[in-house]
Amino acid sequence: MLREGLVFKFGDHVNTDEIIPARYLSTSDPEELALNCMEDARPGFGRREDVRGSILVAGENFGCGSSREHAPISIKAAGIQCVVARSFARIFFRNCINIGLPIVEMDRVEEIEEGQRIRIDFTSGRLHNLDRKTDYSINTYPEFLQQIIQSGGWLSYATANIAPERVFEERR
Amino acid sequence: MTEKIFSSKAGRDVRQGEYLLLEVDIALGNDITAPVAIREFEKFGGRQVCNPEQIVLVADHFTPNKDIQSAQQVKMVRDFALAQKIENFFDVGRMGIEHVLLPEQGLVKSGDLVLGADSHTCTYGALGAFSTGVGSTDLAGVFFTGKAWFKVPEVINVSLTGKFAPGVSGKDLILYLISLIGVDGANYQAIEFSGPGTAAVSMDSRFTVSNMAIEAGGKAGIFPVDELTQRYEKERGFTVDALEPDEGALYSRTIEIDLGSLEPMVARPFLPSNGAGISEVEKEEIRIDQVVIGSCTNGRIEDMRNAAAILEGKKIARGVRCIILPGSQQVYLQAMREGLFEIFVESGCAVSTPTCGPCLGGHMGILADGEVAVSTTNRNFVGRMGHAASSLYLASPVIAAASALSGKISGPEQAELEKLTPGV
Repeated sequence: MLREGLVFKFGDHVNTDEIIPARYLSTSDPEELALNCMEDARPGFGRREDVRGSILVAGENFGCGSSREHAPISIKAAGIQCVVARSFARIFFRNCINIGLPIVEMDRVEEIEEGQRIRIDFTSGRLHNLDRKTDYSINTYPEFLQQIIQSGGWLSYATANIAPERVFEERR
Repeated sequence: MTEKIFSSKAGRDVRQGEYLLLEVDIALGNDITAPVAIREFEKFGGRQVCNPEQIVLVADHFTPNKDIQSAQQVKMVRDFALAQKIENFFDVGRMGIEHVLLPEQGLVKSGDLVLGADSHTCTYGALGAFSTGVGSTDLAGVFFTGKAWFKVPEVINVSLTGKFAPGVSGKDLILYLISLIGVDGANYQAIEFSGPGTAAVSMDSRFTVSNMAIEAGGKAGIFPVDELTQRYEKERGFTVDALEPDEGALYSRTIEIDLGSLEPMVARPFLPSNGAGISEVEKEEIRIDQVVIGSCTNGRIEDMRNAAAILEGKKIARGVRCIILPGSQQVYLQAMREGLFEIFVESGCAVSTPTCGPCLGGHMGILADGEVAVSTTNRNFVGRMGHAASSLYLASPVIAAASALSGKISGPEQAELEKLTPGV
C-alpha cells in the first residue's frame, strides 16, 4: 500500500472535540461530518478544496478525548489519505484500524512541514519526504491488526471470519 | 488485576501485549455513538443482533432532545432497540447519564468485561471490572458477534496511603494524578489503584477517579474489589469475589500518593492535566460566569450532598449561573427526598433533569464568547462547553459550589467544610 500527498501540519494533543466539535454531532452522515473536519483546530479546514488527497501530520497523542468515531470518519470522508503522528490516543488509534483509515506512528514528525509532499510505503515501512529528500522508518502493525486492515476494517473482518450467519444471504 | 480479569475471560493465563478475541459481558452505546453503529450494522447487512441481553443503549447526551436532528438520532436508537428486542434501552424518564446509571442499576458488576462506545466507559473500573471506551464500529462488531478484540495492556500502579482531608475527594485525587503523568501518561495502559488508602476512598469517589482515567489516556482505571465493593454489589443482588493485585505483579511504573497530602485541585484551561492546588488558583481571583455540578464524573448522590452542604442557607453570587444536573432518576429522587433541591433552588441554582448536556457543549448551559465556568465535568478542551473563546476550569463539587457563592474560583470556608460527609 502506497500513500502520497500534501501535508497539513498540526500540534500535540489534538483532541476529538477539535477534530469534530460536539455541535456537529447531531448527525452521523459522513459527508456532513467531513465539512466540519478539524473545525476547532483550524476553522474552515473541512471545506478547503486542497484537503482531499492530503495527509495530516501531527505531534503526540493525536485524537485524545472523546471516543466519537465521528472524528476519524470526518477525516476519512474529507478524503484525507492518512494520518501521521508521533503517537495516537488509544481509542482514536483503535477507531482508525476499525474503519480502515491508515495511520502511521513515527518519531521525527518535526522534520515534516506544512505544504511538503510525503510518500508512505506501508509494505516497506518507509516514509519519504519528497521535498527534503529524506527517508524515515515507520512503526509497523502486529499481524492481527494487519489482518483487520487488509480486510478493510473490523466489520469486514468480523462478518467474514466470525459471524457470517448474521449477515444477509446476498451480502456474503 | 487487569491480567486476572482477562485470564478469567479467556479461560487461560494471558500476558501483557497479547491480542485476544473475547465475548463481552456488556456493550454500551448512547444517542451519539449508537446511530453510527446501527448504520454500520445495517450497511454490512446485519439482520439480528447476536445477543440483545448483552446490549445497553442510553439516550443521554442531547436528551431531552435538544433539536430535530437529535430527536431523529434518538428515534433511530429507540426503533433499533424495539426491533432488536433490546430491553436495556433507557429513554427520557428512565434515563440517567450512562456511567451513573449502569452501576447503579446493577447492569455492570465486578469482574465483568465491558466495552462501551463512550470514552468514559472506564468508570466501571471502580467496581473492579475491566471496562473500556471504544468507538461505534466496535459496538457494531458486538451486534454481529458478541465479541471484540483486545490487547492486554501494560499497567501503571497507583499505590494509595492515608485518607482524604475534609473537602478533598476522588476528583482531587484524579486531577492530581493527571497533573503528574499528563494527558497521555497512561496511553495504551491500564491504571490500577492499590494500597491501604483505597479502603478510605468511597464508592462514589472511586467512580469519579476511574471515570477520568481516560483523561490520562488510560484504557481503564481499576480499583480492587474489597468489602466496600462487595457491599455495593450485594445491594444489587450480586455476590462477587474479592480482587486484588498479586504481590510481584508486573507494572510499567508505580506512583505513590498519600491521600492526606492532597488539597482540592483545579484544572485550568485547556487540558485536564493543568491541575493546581486551590490555594494557588484562589490567589488569582478568577471571576466566573457559570458553575456546572453534575455529569458522569460528579453526578452521584455524594456529589449532590457535598454541593448542598456548601450551598445551604447561602446565595449564589450575582452574575453567576449555577446549574445542577443529578446523574440519574434515582439520584434525582434521592436528592429530592433528602431536601437537597430545596437548598439548591433557595440558593439560586437551576436543577435539571439528568443529561450530559453542557459537559460536551450540547445544551442546558452553553457558554458565550469570553465566558468562564467552573465545572465538575471531565474535559476543559477549547470550546468544550460552548464558544471557542470560552474557558473552563475543572474541579470537585465542593470547589464548584464554593466558587458559585463567591463568584470567583475559591475554596470553602472552614464552617462549610465541617458540614461535609465524613470520609468523603
